[in-house]
Amino acid sequence: MTNEALQELISNWFPNPEIGKDSKVQEASENLDNSEDVQKTQLPINPSLLEFTEEGSQFLNVTVPKGYLYELMSKLKTESDTSFDYLFCLSGVDWGEELGVVYHLESTQYRHQIVVKVKTNDRENPTLDSVCDIWRTAEFHEREVFDFFGIVFNNHPNLKRLFLTDEWDGFPLRKDYVDEINMVIK
Amino acid sequence: MEVTTVDTNFKSEEYFINMGPQHPATHGVLRLLLTIDGEIIKKVEPDLGYIHRSIEKMCERDSYQQIVHLTDRMDYLSSHINNEAVCLTVENALQLEIPDRVKVVRTIIGELTRIASHCLWWGVMGMDVGALTTYFYGFRDREMINDIFEETCGARLTMNYNVPGGLMWDIHPNFVKRVKEFVAHFKTKIPEYDRLLTGNIIFQKRTKGVGVLSKEDAISFGASGPVGRGSGYSCDVRKHHPYSALDKVTFNEALQTAGDTFARYQVRIQEMWESLSIIEQLIDNIPEGEHRVATNAVIKLPKGEFYQKVETARGELGVYIISTGTKNPYRLKFRSPGFSNLSLLNHISVGGKIGDLVATMATLDLVIPDIDR
Repeated sequence: MTNEALQELISNWFPNPEIGKDSKVQEASENLDNSEDVQKTQLPINPSLLEFTEEGSQFLNVTVPKGYLYELMSKLKTESDTSFDYLFCLSGVDWGEELGVVYHLESTQYRHQIVVKVKTNDRENPTLDSVCDIWRTAEFHEREVFDFFGIVFNNHPNLKRLFLTDEWDGFPLRKDYVDEINMVIK
Repeated sequence: MEVTTVDTNFKSEEYFINMGPQHPATHGVLRLLLTIDGEIIKKVEPDLGYIHRSIEKMCERDSYQQIVHLTDRMDYLSSHINNEAVCLTVENALQLEIPDRVKVVRTIIGELTRIASHCLWWGVMGMDVGALTTYFYGFRDREMINDIFEETCGARLTMNYNVPGGLMWDIHPNFVKRVKEFVAHFKTKIPEYDRLLTGNIIFQKRTKGVGVLSKEDAISFGASGPVGRGSGYSCDVRKHHPYSALDKVTFNEALQTAGDTFARYQVRIQEMWESLSIIEQLIDNIPEGEHRVATNAVIKLPKGEFYQKVETARGELGVYIISTGTKNPYRLKFRSPGFSNLSLLNHISVGGKIGDLVATMATLDLVIPDIDR
């Protein structure tokens, strides 16, 4: 499936509830079929809760609000059109203000790929939903992210430090981590 | 005895033992916490981090040329392919046109690396299940490859032959001749391997039906390399996302469907034949030309995200770079094959015996620095 087709399919799963409330926007979106492209760009509200971008990446990128993460992920895995059964990379990222996780998915049936991103503003107690029961490889990868970024995953069966000792202070891969003895800063 | 990490709430007939961190069968500093009932394994819990160097954090302050040198300290048996992964990511991000000569030489050395790694694995595999002779046979043939590497790359193990933009030096004048000699030599040796170990009835009883992994579980656990292909899961990156000169050669993906330890063993033996075939297709036709293209002394990647996957001897290695346009990556993640392959160890060894665990671990072919990064 091409990236455009994937984007159209997935964005329809999560329609933005704001559109239904605002009648003007609704009309605008209904008129889309017989209108010019100009109107499309003028749409004030994203028609989906998901944000799509292909800029600066070889994959289609989807950013999902963290409340919808688990629902989106299980649909990506189980829907027969997408069938993303292979989670080939799960990375924690510290974007400065936000912490988050990047999921790289591939379908072994269709060989199409997608990247899902989820972010959280809370640096004190960052919490995200676990995807362990969708892809079992996530169990170790999420433990690694917990270890190095301190992101807690809900419903994880065995969430504890993986590489570091239990009494380790801080989360080393965060950008604000300081270790004056062991870290050489250039 | 460390008691803090152990669940003390077990039944009276169950107890736990430490396997490692210094144990010959774990091939490095890996500690396994086994919960056992008699000799039946109830649970395997890996304890990692004994040699974690935080390479990902170090990469955030290093230049892209320096990062290449860190990668061959991960999976040191696939060092050339690890280097290639980073170089390919950087080259794709810069949209550099790489000369055909570089692509072909990289692929030949990559396949030689795979054979060398499988030779070592084969020797150690035999030793793990009690056949000492295999170790000497495997190392004898691997030595020839190491000599070729030494002549051309200047190092035998951590080669650093790749640089972003090409190769550090051109190949040695003897390279083609010696590779051909090795191919001819090794073709007579794989049947010897088969006669010595593959057909051995004791070996077969130790490995057949042991550590069975289904295809669905292989995909769900993110298994890759020979571990995935032993379960009939077509996961060869060289086939699905070819890189360097791999789109110019024809080879069969080694697949077995049984999913047990013996199937993974057969996949690796078959892969050695396929690697020989790839080398033979390329070695007579190394194109003339430059061995590297010039890059800026300070490499700055454009703003964006870059991902490259390659097939190392252990499976799929992914390099994920987030760049903000500076000379260092903002975040660099290595998706290492050993890490995902280790995560399924508990799943396939529960219910077996401790001896089976040793055989199973031998065919997962774990390299601990690859897991600990």
